[in-house]
Amino acid sequence: MKPPPFDYVAPRSLEEALEHLARGGQDARVLAGGQSLVPMLALRLARPALLIDLNRVADFSGATFGSSELRVKAMTRQCAILRDPLIAEHAPALTQATAFIGHEQTRNRGTIGGSLGLADPQSEYPAVALALGAQILARSKSGMRRIPIEQYFLGPYSTALHLGEIIAEVIFPNWGVGTVMLVDEVARRPGDFALVGLATALQVGAGGRISRVGMAWFGMAPTPRRATKAEDALTGELVSRIDIDAIGRLAVEDSEPWDDVHASASYRRTVGAHVAARSLRRLLGKEVAT
Amino acid sequence: MSEHSIRTTVNGVPISKTVEARRTLVDFLRVDCNLTGTHVGCEHGVCGACTVIVDGFSVRACLMLAVQADGAAVRTVEGVAAPDGTLHPVQQVLHEEHGLQCGFCTPGFVMTLVAQLEQQPRPSAGEMKAALSGNICRCTGYQGILRAVDRLAR
Repeated sequence: MKPPPFDYVAPRSLEEALEHLARGGQDARVLAGGQSLVPMLALRLARPALLIDLNRVADFSGATFGSSELRVKAMTRQCAILRDPLIAEHAPALTQATAFIGHEQTRNRGTIGGSLGLADPQSEYPAVALALGAQILARSKSGMRRIPIEQYFLGPYSTALHLGEIIAEVIFPNWGVGTVMLVDEVARRPGDFALVGLATALQVGAGGRISRVGMAWFGMAPTPRRATKAEDALTGELVSRIDIDAIGRLAVEDSEPWDDVHASASYRRTVGAHVAARSLRRLLGKEVAT
Repeated sequence: MSEHSIRTTVNGVPISKTVEARRTLVDFLRVDCNLTGTHVGCEHGVCGACTVIVDGFSVRACLMLAVQADGAAVRTVEGVAAPDGTLHPVQQVLHEEHGLQCGFCTPGFVMTLVAQLEQQPRPSAGEMKAALSGNICRCTGYQGILRAVDRLAR
């Protein structure tokens, strides 16, 4: 179908965009890459009175690293993330996740801020942000605040952003030396939403002991969901002593998958345990020959 | 409902029009510019038939608003062959390998491959196939298209 009628503005600065958003209130929507919102307009699932396009806001994309933080501006497109050496160095999980997102044509438009703003429980970036312990930098007319990712996802497509707030940046902490990261997923076809997906970051300290773990599921619960039990079991453990398959089974205990036409919940749990075990094998260099 | 004056170039030709905000880029091309080579399949970003090149990047023209193309350079399948009618290498191999039947999806396949070959001088067959994951064809069974890709990679 064709989108319903709406008013449209394309502000040149974030301040101007925030003015429009404050005036538009509930009936205004912010347009980032448009790879989810425009289909929702076409299907008339969204009927905003005012569309505020962020694509012409100056200085709103790119990544910087400093003070132990990787800061990615909200309108950084997925195609740029895929090729950014700074992101590949400091948050390789973000690079890996991007290869799974949509297709060439959608990655050329889609943005990190749009993905975090939509908070689709099946999408990759929200889970990566959760696994790595990111913060959402939200701007509004009255100022800015950092939202810890643990408090950000409230439900499917529901976030802690207030009316009048726009995501300005996604901020990733520096995990430091000895860190390895992996995003893995199982999907029927490349570019499809994952049936099961997992973002994992592990830091191995002196003496081969795991010092820090972040594991977050996507497509396995109404929000991205941390595999807390598996994280606890891994933290402080010697790499040589880990029972990888047991951890894989433990990891799905924190998931809450559903039945749909693509797969049953029990299939997702079974596959999830294998995905978690496979991720740990790859990360810890315990890949078995098959 | 707002209306906007936009100036864009389509296949190198400057075009100025006034459009409704809700006009998608693909409808702008087909209805306002009379360039019906770009096809509208699903109209919500799933099939890839409407793929065009905007400022060097392949995009789904049903997921961009015409007003967003203000100031941009848009290229469509009409602008791919040489002015004398000589087919682009992508079009030529699709023709020779029978990489199309009804042709509905073909403009999208052509533009995706053209964009990739311009961004990356020598993509592998695997890289081209990955790029084509966003294009759906319902009649060739893909075999002819994949043969064409293998030849482009050589």
